[in-house]
Amino acid sequence: MSTHSTLDETGTITRNGLWTNNVALVQLLGLCPLLAVTGTFINGLGLGLATLMTLVFSNAFVSAIRQWTRPEVRIPIFVLIIASIVTTIELAMNAWWHELYMVLGIFIPLIVTNCSIIARAESFASRNNVIDSILDGFMMGMGFLLVLITLGSLREILGSGTLFSHAHLMFGEAARDWMLTFSDDYPGFLLAVLPPGAFMGLGLLIACKNVIDRRKQATQHIATTAAPVNA
Amino acid sequence: MNRHKQIATTAFLLMLFAVVGAAIVGLTYDQTAEQIELNHQRVLLQRLNTILPADRYDNDLISSQIQIEPDPLLGTSQTETAYIATRESKAVGIVLPAIAPNGYNGSIRLLVGIYHDGTLAGVRVAQHRETPGLGDAIEASRSDWILGFAGRSLGNPDEKKWKVKRDGGVFDQFTGATISPRAVVKAVHSALKYFEKNQKMLFASQTDSENEP
Repeated sequence: MSTHSTLDETGTITRNGLWTNNVALVQLLGLCPLLAVTGTFINGLGLGLATLMTLVFSNAFVSAIRQWTRPEVRIPIFVLIIASIVTTIELAMNAWWHELYMVLGIFIPLIVTNCSIIARAESFASRNNVIDSILDGFMMGMGFLLVLITLGSLREILGSGTLFSHAHLMFGEAARDWMLTFSDDYPGFLLAVLPPGAFMGLGLLIACKNVIDRRKQATQHIATTAAPVNA
Repeated sequence: MNRHKQIATTAFLLMLFAVVGAAIVGLTYDQTAEQIELNHQRVLLQRLNTILPADRYDNDLISSQIQIEPDPLLGTSQTETAYIATRESKAVGIVLPAIAPNGYNGSIRLLVGIYHDGTLAGVRVAQHRETPGLGDAIEASRSDWILGFAGRSLGNPDEKKWKVKRDGGVFDQFTGATISPRAVVKAVHSALKYFEKNQKMLFASQTDSENEP
């Protein structure tokens, strides 16, 4: 609609996706796969990329057909589009990243049920042009991916004392020795590997984000007004 | 009338998207099916080769499979697949499926490789849900424990020693996890018993089919 405010919009979409409206930290969507696969960095990256691709493609398609859908059947149509994309990605991963596909297992088809995807289709892509929608899908997916790999790294370092283990699942045999081992006789910290560790890790990440936001808000208040903070 | 037209358009729209979606999926399936099948076979063969070394046989392991009826000694409750290795058309070994029903967290599926003479070629865990960090040391990727079965047989060690050390046997358990190794040891032992009992039947089926013109 507006061509002159595109730069502004790009900034907003980017900030929204990566931080202000982060899928995992703020919207708290897609937590099931988030918590289940973040045992290692590589698993997090794998699922993150698959989700990112799904978001980009589904936003693009939904936005492209937004003139032709009807309000009564838009949700089934979105679901059809998302399901087709996820199945296509699943087949492609099964064919070309077979080892990673086997590690991520059921969580690839389950991307369909990641509410963030239909949420972006409904609340953004169906109301904006294709370019913006692709950008939104990319940034939302990126925000999700960043949380996945952060949580994955934290849990891997704490839980098994390594980082980038099993990188060959994704990057081929040459990546086998990317693995960093921090201590040769690390006893392992079971809690971090098990699901409760994922919950705690995510909780800590959300807390960190809130602390940073609070700080920023506080400094802004001081900078812009001398009036007392009343919230 | 207008209402009917609207319903028809909407239905047509839905159908159109369903057809397009199905077409995309179908096309991708078509493009990837061959590669996926190859991947499955490659992974299966890799796994079988860790159990039964590739230089011990010369047949196509994956295509020489036989179906095995459920048997309490194997712990199987439905028909499962076993793979027969031959060398110069003589049977040299078999990879049997076995299920240990009493893992810490459900059953543990194993692949047990046994040479013609009844010694174990190797054992691998195919599927399990043991505790990460404790019981999952039964996986070859986590520890060397499971490699310790190679070369064992029904008489080595003898019946009474086919147990984990805690139970007076010869096999190690893990610190903090006895149940998973105990379950695996028992299942491997029963699989050996099954092999002894059914050896003729297992290998006969293979040589018969080999002799057919």
